Amino acid sequence: MTAQAESVAVPAAQAAPVAAAAPPAGRAPLWQATPLGLVLLLFFILPLIATAVVSFWDYTEYSLVPDLTLRNYREMFEGCADFSSGGCTTLRTYLSTFRLCAEVALVTVPLGFLVAYFLAFHVRGEGVRMALFLLCTAPFLTSNVIRMISWIPLLGREGAVNQALLALRVVDQPQDWLLFSEFSVVLAFIHLYTLFVVVPVFNSLMRIDRRLIEAARDAGASGWQILWHVVIPLAKPGIVIGAIFVIVLVMGDFVTIGVMGGQQIASVGKVIQVQMSYLQFPAAAAQAMVLLALVLLMIAVLTKLVDIRREL
Amino acid sequence: MDQTGKIGRRFLLAGAAAGLAAPAVQAQGAVTLRYVGTAVNQHQGIKEKVRQDLGITLDYIPVTSDDVVRRAVTQPNSFDILDSEYWMLKKIIPSGNLVGMDANRIKLVNELTPIFTRGEIGGRKIGLQGTAPSKVMYLPQQNARSFANEPTRWLTLIPTTYNADTLGIRPDRIGRPIESWAELLNPEFKGKASILNIPSIGIMDAAMVVEALGQHKYADKGNMTRAEIDLTMRVLTEAKRAGQFRAFWKDFNESVNLMASGETVIQSMWSPAVTAVRSKGVPCVYQPLKEGYRAWAAGFGLPKTLTGRKLDAAYDFINWFLSGWAGAFLNRQGYYSAVLSTAQAQMQGYEWDYWMLGKPAAQDIKAPDGTVMEKAGAVRDGGSYEARMGAVACWNAVMDENDYMVRKWNEFIAA
Repeated sequence: MTAQAESVAVPAAQAAPVAAAAPPAGRAPLWQATPLGLVLLLFFILPLIATAVVSFWDYTEYSLVPDLTLRNYREMFEGCADFSSGGCTTLRTYLSTFRLCAEVALVTVPLGFLVAYFLAFHVRGEGVRMALFLLCTAPFLTSNVIRMISWIPLLGREGAVNQALLALRVVDQPQDWLLFSEFSVVLAFIHLYTLFVVVPVFNSLMRIDRRLIEAARDAGASGWQILWHVVIPLAKPGIVIGAIFVIVLVMGDFVTIGVMGGQQIASVGKVIQVQMSYLQFPAAAAQAMVLLALVLLMIAVLTKLVDIRREL
Repeated sequence: MDQTGKIGRRFLLAGAAAGLAAPAVQAQGAVTLRYVGTAVNQHQGIKEKVRQDLGITLDYIPVTSDDVVRRAVTQPNSFDILDSEYWMLKKIIPSGNLVGMDANRIKLVNELTPIFTRGEIGGRKIGLQGTAPSKVMYLPQQNARSFANEPTRWLTLIPTTYNADTLGIRPDRIGRPIESWAELLNPEFKGKASILNIPSIGIMDAAMVVEALGQHKYADKGNMTRAEIDLTMRVLTEAKRAGQFRAFWKDFNESVNLMASGETVIQSMWSPAVTAVRSKGVPCVYQPLKEGYRAWAAGFGLPKTLTGRKLDAAYDFINWFLSGWAGAFLNRQGYYSAVLSTAQAQMQGYEWDYWMLGKPAAQDIKAPDGTVMEKAGAVRDGGSYEARMGAVACWNAVMDENDYMVRKWNEFIAA
């Protein structure tokens, strides 16, 4: 589902500028846009329409029944009006997913900004900068899953961290919250996705005209004032794009949450995966439509904060 | 010159002799059978032996058990042999994509263990709750989409392997005898227990626990009513909220790692996973429990699209599978084979005594690759074949209320 969620949201973010940038005069631009348009139509628009249609179908154990039923949506929101027992499954699942998104974004965005800031402003030589930047991407040479799983022997009850804590007498018994907990899920996400913030923020920072910073300094601004009033406002598009990447990746994830959370933490992606594996495609499609709507809503809000198109 | 000519002629003669002796399929060129199933049953040893004995190439296509069902239902043209579990049939047979196998073409059909044909062992009825193989073994007609109640000429699957599952424990960490499924939710093991996150199997393990705790007696653990599903999930949810579970596992390796690394000391487990933990030098026991086992069984099915030489080859392969070599191969890994007499003929006496009769090993028990699995004197968990399969309480199943159950399971994960 991760892949699907990515492919749903990322092209949406990229497609917008293309559509907006098309000038009205002449037919040549239309022809130039045709290949991408066809690719998007075939691999994005049509599957999306199919998903939307299937979400209104009925299903049995072994077949899909073309229909126009609200069953899938009804079952998804069953009991959601009743808050006495802590809300319905769907609500709780989304809340849990949103909380993870927020936690991960709150760490990865400042952390990614810090790394990008260091690369852009503190590293002098162009060659050293590129070398360090490439170094940041080095972990991506190994698979996502392996980077995630390598945390397990480290954080486990009999893992390296617990053994060190015990040996240093910081704790007197192994700490269980280190692994198969929300902590370990967030930790793995930070490890996996910080680079997705570093790259766009770095790009934004490199495009800042250095004369603006000199001007601010000449005008008597302190280091913090420059950061707050000059650098961050100009880096906003990168920050927002980075945040969108991270949020979208976490929203659609079920592998990391599953493995690091010991399968005990609910996520929307996991629900969809379980439904697909039980051939409940229409229910999964309905779930995906709701997820898509919420992600689009969040992106709409984020892009309201910053006009990405204007600043790119 | 002269010499090469002689060798050439001898070679030709040998080739002709081989051609005469080999089955018809080989004479017309090699047949390849696309074999879809879970990786657990796709042994390289079997593939090589089949090529040697029959000249048939098996093209293994490993998929997850969920995907076996999905393939069978949605892409019936993508395989020639389906290695399916019996519970999956309740989803696959109504789609009409599998065809009944003709009993007249299966040589050893009368030798199949009565667990499959009559639901009994040694003349004694075994637990048939859930999708017991004997309930879904036969079709009324070759192209039927529902099951027959009595034995007929048309078989859904020819059984290959089956076994009885129970809880795995770490005896070194627990240090006392474990005798009941109820121990899975014993607060003594708070934060050190696990259950598998495959809803249809996980809920049956949970049902074994609920029954062992004396909270409810199910009419059929493999086919619960909505109220029973609610009750079972409530018990699980309470335990989860109290922090009973360390993690849930979804695949074989996860279960091995949880146990081997000491994260859990008691959990639902599969037999080869226990062997894998022990092979790391970590003590682990597949603990027989007084309430019995949850059993599973797998077999070969044929898609309705199969015709001509491929169909013949598929029958040849299935007949070969029952003829002993494969049975002995599987028995030596701790599974059980469908035709016992032929498998016994291919096993050493001491091997048979250890694996099937539950006697202490007279000499070291070796894995197919020659490594020592058990030292002389060891006794198999759960004892003899009859003791073990005779104590089956229920079978892996698909419930009538499957949709509802999956929704409740998602709720449990979110709780």
